[in-house]
Amino acid sequence: MSKTLFDKVWDSHVVKHIENGPDVLFIDRHLVHEVTSPVAFLGLKNRNIKVLYPERTFATADHNTPTRNQHLPVKDKLSANQLKALEENSKAHNIPYWGLGHEKNGIVHVIGPENGITVPGATIVCGDSHTSTHGAFGAIAFGIGTSEVEMVLSTQCIMQPKAKSLRISIDGDLNIGVTPKDVALFIISKLTTSGATGYFVEYAGEVFRNMSMEGRMTVCNLSIEMGARGGMIAPDEKTFDYIKGREYTPKGATWDKAMKYWQTLYSDENAVFDKEITFTANEIEPMITYGTNPGMGIGIQNGIPSADAVEGGNATYKKSLQYMAFNEGEAMIGKPIDFVFLGSCTNGRIEDFRAFASIIKGRKKADNVTAWLVPGSHRVEEAIRREGILDILNTAGFELREPGCSACLAMNDDKIPAGKYAVSTSNRNFEGRQGPGSRTLLASPLVAAAAAVTGKVTDPRELMELQTA
Amino acid sequence: MAYDKFNILKSSAVPLPIENVDTDQIIPARFLKATERKGFGDNLFRDWRYNPDNTPKEHFVLNNPIYSGKILVGGKNFGSGSSREHAAWAVYDYGFRCVVSSFFADIFRNNCLNIGVLPVQVSPEFLDKIFKAIEANPNAELEISLPEQTITILETGESEGFAINDYKKENMLNGFDDIDYLLNIKKDIEVFAQDTPL
Repeated sequence: MSKTLFDKVWDSHVVKHIENGPDVLFIDRHLVHEVTSPVAFLGLKNRNIKVLYPERTFATADHNTPTRNQHLPVKDKLSANQLKALEENSKAHNIPYWGLGHEKNGIVHVIGPENGITVPGATIVCGDSHTSTHGAFGAIAFGIGTSEVEMVLSTQCIMQPKAKSLRISIDGDLNIGVTPKDVALFIISKLTTSGATGYFVEYAGEVFRNMSMEGRMTVCNLSIEMGARGGMIAPDEKTFDYIKGREYTPKGATWDKAMKYWQTLYSDENAVFDKEITFTANEIEPMITYGTNPGMGIGIQNGIPSADAVEGGNATYKKSLQYMAFNEGEAMIGKPIDFVFLGSCTNGRIEDFRAFASIIKGRKKADNVTAWLVPGSHRVEEAIRREGILDILNTAGFELREPGCSACLAMNDDKIPAGKYAVSTSNRNFEGRQGPGSRTLLASPLVAAAAAVTGKVTDPRELMELQTA
Repeated sequence: MAYDKFNILKSSAVPLPIENVDTDQIIPARFLKATERKGFGDNLFRDWRYNPDNTPKEHFVLNNPIYSGKILVGGKNFGSGSSREHAAWAVYDYGFRCVVSSFFADIFRNNCLNIGVLPVQVSPEFLDKIFKAIEANPNAELEISLPEQTITILETGESEGFAINDYKKENMLNGFDDIDYLLNIKKDIEVFAQDTPL
């Protein structure tokens, strides 16, 4: 029988199917961070049980961590407590813990792929919704709640009904200045934040085939923002090249055996999806959001839609624009901004810093802008130095911070002040997400760079050195 | 952790007719720093409920004494965004046992089911009827029967069925959780793990 990529991976991990109930799904790899795990470990303690497979479990510190002076004790008491709890829990259960200062430390969804924890065909979960990132490698990866974290720690399984399948296909070549982030924001703006709820998405077509692994991660990362459980892309040579030789990927004969399996991981030609959606690459422009959910995005040259032109309740829409202090019909281009945040599990990878640097090179940071540039991991930070990007950033008046989730969810000191506008490469523009009262405009690293040097919302294409054929 | 059993709930309800209520609103990130599952109800809808100086916002529904009850009625796409179970904990800790909406985000729905809060998904038309009934009478009661899988507006007698899978229904009725079930099939899991290399 013809199967989708999702079917192949899911079905091979079902320990047991419960009639009119969920599947018991075996989890290959479990990523743990400090915020959603302490109560789960407490549950294990109360049941007097140990982590069943510590060798399938990996712990890191990222959500709470400061982005400056990481060599000093963490000042915030509650954050320090959570970090200490994770360190102690990891030790008690023999789980590798990559705390602050560790060479492998960084945002959980950046370090998973970096260290080869993320491989094709695997099931990967983490108590964080952006676990969908790992689907870029052809894995089934999704976010879970703390009860489920406890479930996976204690039994290495999760109980969930199988999601429906949705294929999103985009063919053609992307326009100049259009990045993977724009592709994702474009799809979410078309589907809305609930459009893919109940589905697992497979991204197919030329656009994704041509995308780098970093780009695929950005797209899969944002799957959750259209309500999907996760997103995935069939592995190909690019995927195999990326993971080969990384610490936790198979070696030698095991690699060869794994490769044989991984090469079967694609949707069969006759596979039937519950839903199919198709776009063409040339309809996509550099995007920016104007509202308080990731679905409220437009091509950067467009005006803010009127309430009657968008799906959803009128009252909700008006509340959103009121929060942002924007009006229907206004242009986004030229709007003054206060902060720029480059980072997060969406856009904190080396390629994002390269894109940012390509715009700011030879220019200066605008005086009215505070810029927080936060690499996704130590390895990304190293690459920024090695490739000379740090020099470009510094010459343009920017500084680099230390890795972590930072202003994406503002659990540390990096909070956008109330009423201020931030062009952010992160994933959510919810009310107060980047700090109480903060106003977030989601965009690509190119759009963020253009805003950082002009001090206002700017089309990055105006600043790009357009290549002539 | 086993939780309270759920059977039939009869209660007035608190209306929140806003769409796309994300979990960052239900519990902002800065309140996720606890290492125990305690006291999250105090910060439920923190930034909609309180001014920056911690005085209550008069117009927010949780600050309006005419509304109360164990049922929260929200707009479409309730619980979108972050996977933080703290959002479900806050809903539970505040005293809600059931959330009604015309559409739930997946992870939030799962989280609720895992801690003993029943998510009841109704049609947009029925959701509208509930909001109208509460608007007409803040004390209007809803009856939610898990055994029958029905939700009824008691004043008008209007009723609608809701879906829940048999396994989850059984768990909610008995206060069992998934870990109890999984620990019982641990042998099967261990056999499966042997054949599943890292």
